[in-house]
Amino acid sequence: MEKLKLGLLALLVLTTFFTACKDDEDDELSGFADVEIEFDNRAGDASLVFGTEYTNAAGEKLTFSTFNYFVSNFVLVKADGSEYVVPKDSCYFLCKHDDPDSREVVLKNVPAGDYTSLKFMIGVDSAKSVSPASERTGVLDPATGANGMYWSWNAGYIFVKVEGTSPQAPLNPGTGENTFQYHTGLFGGYDSPTLNNLKTVSLATHHGEPAKVRRSGGPHFHLYVDVLEMFTAPTNVSVATNPTSHAGPYSKTVADNYADMITLDHVHNP
Amino acid sequence: MRTFWFFLCLAGVMLAGCKKDEPKPKFEGPFLPSNFPQPAYDLSQNPVTEAGFALGKKLFYDPLLSRDNSIACADCHISFAAFSHPDHPTSHGIDGLFGRRNALPVQNMLWKTGFFWDGGVPNLDFVPLNAIQSPVEMDELPDQVLAKLQAHPEYPALFRDAFGSEKVTTAAFLQALSQFMAMLVSANSPYDHYVRNEPGGTLPGEALEGLAVFQQKCAGCHATDLFTDQTYRNNGILSDFTFDQGRHEISTLPDDIGKFRVPSLRNVAVTAPYMHNGKFKTLESVLDHYDAGVKDSPTLDPLLRRADGTLGIPLSAQEKSRLLAFLQTLTDEDFIRDTRFAQ
Ligand code: HEC
Ligand code: HEC
Repeated sequence: MEKLKLGLLALLVLTTFFTACKDDEDDELSGFADVEIEFDNRAGDASLVFGTEYTNAAGEKLTFSTFNYFVSNFVLVKADGSEYVVPKDSCYFLCKHDDPDSREVVLKNVPAGDYTSLKFMIGVDSAKSVSPASERTGVLDPATGANGMYWSWNAGYIFVKVEGTSPQAPLNPGTGENTFQYHTGLFGGYDSPTLNNLKTVSLATHHGEPAKVRRSGGPHFHLYVDVLEMFTAPTNVSVATNPTSHAGPYSKTVADNYADMITLDHVHNP
Repeated sequence: MRTFWFFLCLAGVMLAGCKKDEPKPKFEGPFLPSNFPQPAYDLSQNPVTEAGFALGKKLFYDPLLSRDNSIACADCHISFAAFSHPDHPTSHGIDGLFGRRNALPVQNMLWKTGFFWDGGVPNLDFVPLNAIQSPVEMDELPDQVLAKLQAHPEYPALFRDAFGSEKVTTAAFLQALSQFMAMLVSANSPYDHYVRNEPGGTLPGEALEGLAVFQQKCAGCHATDLFTDQTYRNNGILSDFTFDQGRHEISTLPDDIGKFRVPSLRNVAVTAPYMHNGKFKTLESVLDHYDAGVKDSPTLDPLLRRADGTLGIPLSAQEKSRLLAFLQTLTDEDFIRDTRFAQ
């Protein structure tokens, strides 16, 4: 019995060894590499800088102080439509404007291949939103990682949080400032429906030129995230008329606007 | 030969053990009664252990969870009232502030698919965060609570015993509270002994007649042996819901204005006052409401509209007294006096 086990082990080691050797000689299209995705926050044509004034589609002057969003459920798609789905245990990211590292998302160990589109979700899907405490670690930990991005009374994550000041916004007696505040969440409910503000983003590479994952390295996606899109089309949001939105019906307008705030600037191949 | 000595030693240890003190009764996890459906809570994700339950109980009774260390979960969820807040139409918490709603009993949580009157929380694990953060309940930040527990002389060791690490994590904190609440199962009322055909499980004739009325007139909403179908409905206690819109505040759907989660009626005789706003002090007044007090509004439940255009569920005086007799049989003395759960 003992001998048999030893024999099997030897066989296993040998096979691994040989397969490894073969790979080395083989083309680069086997193995795995990391894919980097940079979320570059913008305000229209300019880079987003907190404290700087920008103008929204309604012509109002906005100065931002918070811009956080969850992105999750990444999928890489090849030209033939086949997909690589990033595993559930490593597909949730919280990007915060004031924490540049958090906006450099890394998808680990993506199988080598030529990918022509990148899909993901803005927000946290419903299955995760109702999962038990044991599955809420890292950025999903409501008391630490997701602090300020979690509603405890309408339990779920704030998908996108945008705050700032504007001379056109009404005076907030609490802070003595003219503030606007948009906290958008709601994943569709669990035993009875609610609003569903989850948005899927699908970004095709330019001119079908693939993002190349090779065993020697992976591509870098440079994405633009335009905060002003949240105020623009289909229904322009005005900080004068709707200075705040939380878990109410108006959040649908906000989410429909920000659904297209993320675009692909370029892919940098290794 | 070696085996012989081993057993001799073992026997010695066992005898010595017996002599000193009674063997501790083996810890038993939550009672899963045969007349209940499958639990909704996934116990395999958070198996109830003796150490986890003990930690959860200590947390439930500890005012450290509130901002000024003044109020514990147990202050609003009192064991002898099936872990509800007796005599408080709407619970008061920190700084003496009053909340908007009547505290719900904490019982049979394993079977609930949604928590609070409006179902705002989908998983038992996350219920405590709501109470802790609520400005009218405990008004504390969850990360502050974790820090206080981490700095406490006793808690880190208790977390280690229960979860294998002295680090007070959000998950371990929430899971401990869930383990305590998971154990709060009420299913030993006279009614339960009756439906399970257990020895001595007989109900007085009037209660049995009440059960028949109940099945005919109430079980459309207060269904199954949990006495709720776990849906959101408007039972006509108000016609204007501006103050508290119920499920609508979670779903934002117009159709949900004034709808609240159908409550269980277990231990209902000891959980007065009644309804989300604590409107009724007695069960008699609840029955009078269904019979003649139902108020109209666009979302009023269709079961409370009669063909002739009148509202409510007609109940004769005799039916009312029978229903009252039946509702009394849902009181589970074993549960409300269980020393494992009380402080
Ligand atoms: C100030 C009083 C107060 C305190 C303190 C309090 N609660 Fe509550 N609890 C309530 C009220 C009121 C409700 C119902 C609120 C609602 O539905 O909106 C409730 C509801 C609940 C529910 C939901 C029951 C159901 O059937 O849906 C659970 C579970 C619960 N509380 C557990 C706790 C725990 C655990 C703590 C401590 C961390 C706690 N409560 C602290 C008043 C309180
Ligand atoms: C149309 C569905 C429906 C029917 C039928 C119904 N109920 Fe209810 N019941 C509810 C809802 C919903 C509530 C909570 C309403 C609220 O608080 O806003 C409730 C609350 C109660 C309460 C208060 C429980 C507590 O803990 O506060 C009692 C007692 C009660 N019902 C008894 C009865 C009896 C007895 C009958 C039959 C005569 C009955 N109900 C029929 C839906 C119903």
